[in-house]
Amino acid sequence: MNPYDFLIAPFIEFEFMRRALVGSFALALGGAPVGVFLMLRRMSLTGDAMAHAILPGAAVGFLFAGLNLFAMTTGGIVAGVTVAVGAGLIARSTGLKEDASLAAFYLVSLALGVLIVSIKGSNIDLLHVLFGTVLALDDATLILIALIATVSLVALAIIWRPLVLECVDPNYLRSVSRSGAPTHLVFLALMVLNLVGGFHALGTLLAVGIMMLPAAAARFWARELTAMIALAIVMAVFSGYAGLLLSYHTGAAAGPAIILVAGIVYAGSVLLGPIGGLKRYFVRVRHLEA
Amino acid sequence: MLARLLAAMLFALLSVASARAQEKLPVVATFSILGDLVKNVGGDRVAVSTLVQPNGDAHVFQPSPADAKTIADAKVIFMNGIGLEGWLDRLIKASGSKGKVVIATKGVKPHEMKDDDAHGHAHEHKLDPHAWQSVANVKIYVANIRDALIAADPAGREAYEKNAAGYLQRLSAVESEIKETVAKIPATKRRIITSHDAFGYFASSYGIEFIAPQGVSTESEASARDVAKIIRQIRAQKIPAVFLENISDPRLMQQIAKETGAKIGGTVYSDSLSGTDGPAASYIAMMEHNIRQFAAALAD
Repeated sequence: MNPYDFLIAPFIEFEFMRRALVGSFALALGGAPVGVFLMLRRMSLTGDAMAHAILPGAAVGFLFAGLNLFAMTTGGIVAGVTVAVGAGLIARSTGLKEDASLAAFYLVSLALGVLIVSIKGSNIDLLHVLFGTVLALDDATLILIALIATVSLVALAIIWRPLVLECVDPNYLRSVSRSGAPTHLVFLALMVLNLVGGFHALGTLLAVGIMMLPAAAARFWARELTAMIALAIVMAVFSGYAGLLLSYHTGAAAGPAIILVAGIVYAGSVLLGPIGGLKRYFVRVRHLEA
Repeated sequence: MLARLLAAMLFALLSVASARAQEKLPVVATFSILGDLVKNVGGDRVAVSTLVQPNGDAHVFQPSPADAKTIADAKVIFMNGIGLEGWLDRLIKASGSKGKVVIATKGVKPHEMKDDDAHGHAHEHKLDPHAWQSVANVKIYVANIRDALIAADPAGREAYEKNAAGYLQRLSAVESEIKETVAKIPATKRRIITSHDAFGYFASSYGIEFIAPQGVSTESEASARDVAKIIRQIRAQKIPAVFLENISDPRLMQQIAKETGAKIGGTVYSDSLSGTDGPAASYIAMMEHNIRQFAAALAD
């Protein structure tokens, strides 16, 4: 089999492959930068918690309208924002730390979601909500995902400076500007938006993978933020492409294949990455000696 | 002393009364199609509960405590067998039920699973459990159900035999209707893509070929390779119709139809009945509905 048949022909021959590719590229563009900021703010697991938290909203949407894009998206966004804001409010107004209140919120939210889907009596639908269908992205879903990617990139450009400051030195930001809280909220909203977009393609469980894994991998290759984000996007795009090919050639389920490739990229980065990678333990670096 | 005696008598009286009230034989069927068959044979003498509700999927059912209680109270538990209800054994043990378990497919010759791609998904059960998609098999189901009900409730023998005989006649009518309808479809057009290959028995009994984009169990997620294979096949063999199914992902089917230009048929029912308002509220209604849908999509 020549490289053309192996690498390109599947996308030429099949429209669903092209759609899946475009969808995963859009997810990569929107999600990877958000993932980098999540990682820098030590909120990597927040993404995971939020991915579960959008389930009941999507489930309510599903309950009323079936596999309806608009209903499930709206429901997911409402549930995600509710949990994010609720956990934040409780953390600020009580003695409970944000991680604990977030854990409480998302667990309740997840249980509620499973319960709501099971009320409908059709438990196979839950699997579709949990795992998504990257191979069946219709026009409306693609436009939604592209829209979310566009909104994320534009919004990130606007809140870039305060967001970076918030990551590095939130106390300093507080002393010079009041933009800390709004920046945080906009950022949380972006996270929820990207998770909802990812959940149509990859499902709630894996949506967070295309966000966090490239971000964590890019950390081993770049010190500077812009380079790190660019690298994360490239890695996420590559994961989408290679994952689809993997699914096409081996018959592995498409969504998990994409995340698995991202995982392999991450593992390779942990081993070989020049910045803090494991390489320094087994490649002897010559020291300067006086 | 007297008060105690009176209380004991009262208690005895009450329990007799409550036994009277429940004189219907409590039985359980694992899923909606089987439940409908049991209702038809049992008639007024049995109270049938079904575990997997209409539109639910018997492959991945999650029992609730209420289901365990239903099972514990049942005198007879009807199951399909052939590997459909992997979860039932544990549920019966956990519920402490003393009910007799009846395998409705006893005497049915199970088909091997049609397994196009040998590698890929782990198939634990190689046999196709969807035997009810052939009316001839359901006649065996009905005989098994009749015998089991007679064994559990000998007093009702006459009623059960009469109900079963009447129902078997209706089944024969449906069977010949299906065969006549298929005969009217040109032989080269008797090919359908559906998202769930539960129609293996239907295919071999009535001569319509079914091709599915997924493995037999709804547990496995479709891969890009599976979908690509199906699309190639539809294009190459000019398969006229694609069918949605009530429990598989409709979005995938729509994408395939769009990409190949095949016609999307209506909803057909394979693993479960529709709700009582739906087009497949009973087994017979389901079979009639399905064959009508197939014929309509393959007609022109």
